[in-house]
Amino acid sequence: MQMTLTINGESHSVEAPAASLLVEVLRDQLGLTGTHIGCDTSQCGACNVLVDGAAVKACTMLAAQAHGSSVTTIEGIGSEAALHPMQAAFRDAHGLQCGFCTPGMVMAGLEIVRKHGTKLTPELVTHELEGNLCRCTGYINIVKAIVAGAAAMETAHA
Amino acid sequence: MRDFALHRPASVSAATAAFAGTDGEAAYLAGGHTLIPAMKSRLRMPDALVDLTGLGLSGISRDGDRLWIGATTRHADVATGATAIPGLACLAAGIGDAQVRNRGTLGGSLANNDPAADYPAAALALDAVIETDRGSHTADDFFQGMFTTALAESEIITRVGFAIPQQSSYAKFRHPASRYAMVGVYVARHAGGWRVAVTGAGPGVFRWTDAEAALNAGTDTAGLVLAADDLNSDIHASAEYRAHLCGVMLKQALATLA
Repeated sequence: MQMTLTINGESHSVEAPAASLLVEVLRDQLGLTGTHIGCDTSQCGACNVLVDGAAVKACTMLAAQAHGSSVTTIEGIGSEAALHPMQAAFRDAHGLQCGFCTPGMVMAGLEIVRKHGTKLTPELVTHELEGNLCRCTGYINIVKAIVAGAAAMETAHA
Repeated sequence: MRDFALHRPASVSAATAAFAGTDGEAAYLAGGHTLIPAMKSRLRMPDALVDLTGLGLSGISRDGDRLWIGATTRHADVATGATAIPGLACLAAGIGDAQVRNRGTLGGSLANNDPAADYPAAALALDAVIETDRGSHTADDFFQGMFTTALAESEIITRVGFAIPQQSSYAKFRHPASRYAMVGVYVARHAGGWRVAVTGAGPGVFRWTDAEAALNAGTDTAGLVLAADDLNSDIHASAEYRAHLCGVMLKQALATLA
């Protein structure tokens, strides 16, 4: 079926089966492989993207459900040359080891800022990260990165 | 996932027509956070999905002594918008995780009636009226055991009216991996008396009438023991353990009434 999605600010007309998951269309049809498939059972959050600003698990949403919506993936928030403050904070705080969960963690960080603003506590971030799994870091540095990234976003927008 | 036809109706009547017109099995799609995983594992293989999110059934409004919430209102919006019933807002804020709450809907949860879901406990304790495209159901009649409700095959929940209590609270003991309620207890104090609903413990949500009677009589609830006979027993928890948890969750809920 035909669907139209705005991905990272650009309109895309996509022809895909109705059963296509959002993450499949992003990765396989549009080549946006920064969004990862981890568990494929809506547990791990590696496939987090923002749909109309709100974080969702792209493995548990049909691409057709995003028809007419605006989708932001990890590719849409920064570049290698100009990292988003949240991405830079993950690098600076060593908020990743293997990096597989990182795109989803960064998008989760942006969701936390959307809901709670830029002044975050480690306790709040830990609570809000309930839907994201990391098997390397033990989370401590991820939480630090999100707290620091949020603060940096405040500065960036000041 | 096996492919299917997807319908995106703009009215309730168009939705029921699309459902009825399906050659084979049709299913309604709201947030999809139960249905899509079930389809991915091929537990469900519908021939057509009818998306209910374009019907304008979202929103929260107060009308007298009831708080009305549209069927396709997301958990995240109930968490921030159901301020007239803090216990209900708190329950919604504890469903799944942040990303799940951005997709899952009230109507989807009630229609599915998962025996470990949170919303059925609130609907039962808050004496909810469940309005549909063809009438209404009281919560007492709506829940009919595991994944079973009073809904007819193509009936669509349109909105749910929760009685605004004097005080209420929900406490749950989460399964450590799935985060579903192993036991959840919703207590509500209404002008007409207490209602206590238990989810997760049995094959479906139910009212704990002994606890209601004790609260109405003003007697101590600390010694209440729920019979384990009809409760679930599985690798996660025995029926006796769940019965014990019911007492603990009741105590926690009563300690956090708001």
